[in-house]
Amino acid sequence: MTLTSKALLLLAGIALAACNNPRGGGSFGGGGADGFGGANDGFFDGGITTGNLGDPNDPRSVAHFQQRIGDRVFFTVDSSSLTAEGRATLEAQARWLNANPQFSIVMEGHADERGTRDYNIALGERRANAAMQYLIGQGVSANRMRVVSYGKDRPVEACAAQRCWDINRRAVTAIAGVTG
Amino acid sequence: MTRLFHSLTALAVLILTSFAASLPAQAQPLRLQITEGVIEPMPFAMPAFVPENSGGGQYADRLARVVAANLTNTGLFREVPPQAHIGRITSFDAGVNYADWRAVNVQALITGAVSVQGNRMTVKFRLFDVLTGQQVGQGLQFAGTTDSWRRMAHKVSDAVYSRITGEGGYFDSRVVFISESGPRTSRTRRLAIMDQDGENVQFLTDGRAMVIGPRISLSGERILYTTYETGTPRLALMNTQTGQRQLVGDIPGAQVFSPRFSPDGGSLVFSAARGGNTDLYRMQLSSGQIQQLTSSPSIATGPSFSPDGRFIAFESDRSGTSQIYVMPASGGEARRISFGQGRYNTPVWSPRGDLIAFTKQNAGRFHIGVMRTDGSEERLLTASFLDESPTWAPNGRVIMFTREAQGGDPSLFSVDITGRNLRRIPTPGPASDPSWGPLLQ
Repeated sequence: MTLTSKALLLLAGIALAACNNPRGGGSFGGGGADGFGGANDGFFDGGITTGNLGDPNDPRSVAHFQQRIGDRVFFTVDSSSLTAEGRATLEAQARWLNANPQFSIVMEGHADERGTRDYNIALGERRANAAMQYLIGQGVSANRMRVVSYGKDRPVEACAAQRCWDINRRAVTAIAGVTG
Repeated sequence: MTRLFHSLTALAVLILTSFAASLPAQAQPLRLQITEGVIEPMPFAMPAFVPENSGGGQYADRLARVVAANLTNTGLFREVPPQAHIGRITSFDAGVNYADWRAVNVQALITGAVSVQGNRMTVKFRLFDVLTGQQVGQGLQFAGTTDSWRRMAHKVSDAVYSRITGEGGYFDSRVVFISESGPRTSRTRRLAIMDQDGENVQFLTDGRAMVIGPRISLSGERILYTTYETGTPRLALMNTQTGQRQLVGDIPGAQVFSPRFSPDGGSLVFSAARGGNTDLYRMQLSSGQIQQLTSSPSIATGPSFSPDGRFIAFESDRSGTSQIYVMPASGGEARRISFGQGRYNTPVWSPRGDLIAFTKQNAGRFHIGVMRTDGSEERLLTASFLDESPTWAPNGRVIMFTREAQGGDPSLFSVDITGRNLRRIPTPGPASDPSWGPLLQ
């Protein structure tokens, strides 16, 4: 997927490291909610962590999930309806998740900046829920997933233009950690 | 955390009775009708306070400058600067030579005096109508500690503003907001509180967790806000006096946000989103008991109580786009009150009860506006790339809000309910989500 890049590769490494980082563990869902999927927010910026970036050519790797399958789907303005492309991405995500049942998921919902803050949290939750329900329909257990909406406050790219708003209206399937 | 509010517990008000002659209210010629919107600001003079002992000297000019800035910032007054003055105030109790002030076209003259003993400070002021040659109201005296010297200047400003406009003041008040820093894709957001003029900023959270949408209680002692510290949005309740903090209003499996206090402070209303649906809930703070107020397959958020506590205004997209509704505070049938073009969000009831402020999106622009509580007489006060999150000054005459220029950072602005006097509030860096607290005691 074209939007993924070196930055995501790096984030994958940071997030994997965060999974092993005791400060990111426990009730924070492995820290992945904030470390993955381009929503890195620097909560835990105390030290330098080292992690395996994963090989996107390995179909079982998180890097493969993020870069080859695509960890996110996009929405039109003020909508939480999945597009045909979004459904195809989620179907591929579900195949990977069903083949790799050890991972839990945080489904992040996001909005563009063209709205009020609270409404956008509600809209982000709608989007995350739409993506999560689709994965459930594809056989992914609801017990592996939880939702977090960031509204408009975690843009993946910041510019006051359509180009950025289009990629910020998204639901990101963030691999949050190894369960059990 | 240290105490947030300066120890003004000992701030005493004493009416100075030596000059008794005050005019009956209806006969006061020194009067501004601010609801009409003022085209021509009233010229005033604020000479340096008279230092009544050596300790007062360092505050003499600073007090006067704060009062002058407050009045000027309302847009209702225009200062005749000290270098233009002919008259000199060398004694607080000496008579005023009105001719000296008329000669430089002053209408309102404010005189003050200050004395300091140790860390204790006494501030006095009088207001004069230069045209009629009369004192307006009685002199007032405030006593407190020297570290609250700005608050005493705000108290003087509030008294002058009230006497001339007939409205309550708003200068001795504080504003809670979100102070932002860092790149927009990984923003650090800290809860902060400041005086209404942007001074005395204090940070209340350390920036590790994302925080948004603070709301201060009508008593000014407690703050509700939304925090991501557990990974999903939750409500936090902070006591500004004790620094105590707790998470409240948990709804299992839900994103919980958009809180607001009831006017009596005994309960709060908020939004919870789960399963693609956002509804309003009310929680009694004493018992923790939670009651669901709406159950519509849509988004209901941005709740705000009427000042009498009987109704809740909120936004809902149940009609297809976001509109403003009013329902009883215990839930029940909601009545739509917004019917204009575009989308309506963030309704906030005026502390006077007469108006509801809101954010409106229409044709790619954002506006702050006001309407009567039945939805009539809608007026848009602002227009920009992104205006949102209005909050009322304690006197219900000024609205502060967040403005974001295209490609720029958010900052705080204020505007009169007449739509005049748009001003930027100075903050240390980008700022958003203001919540204006009460007039301090």
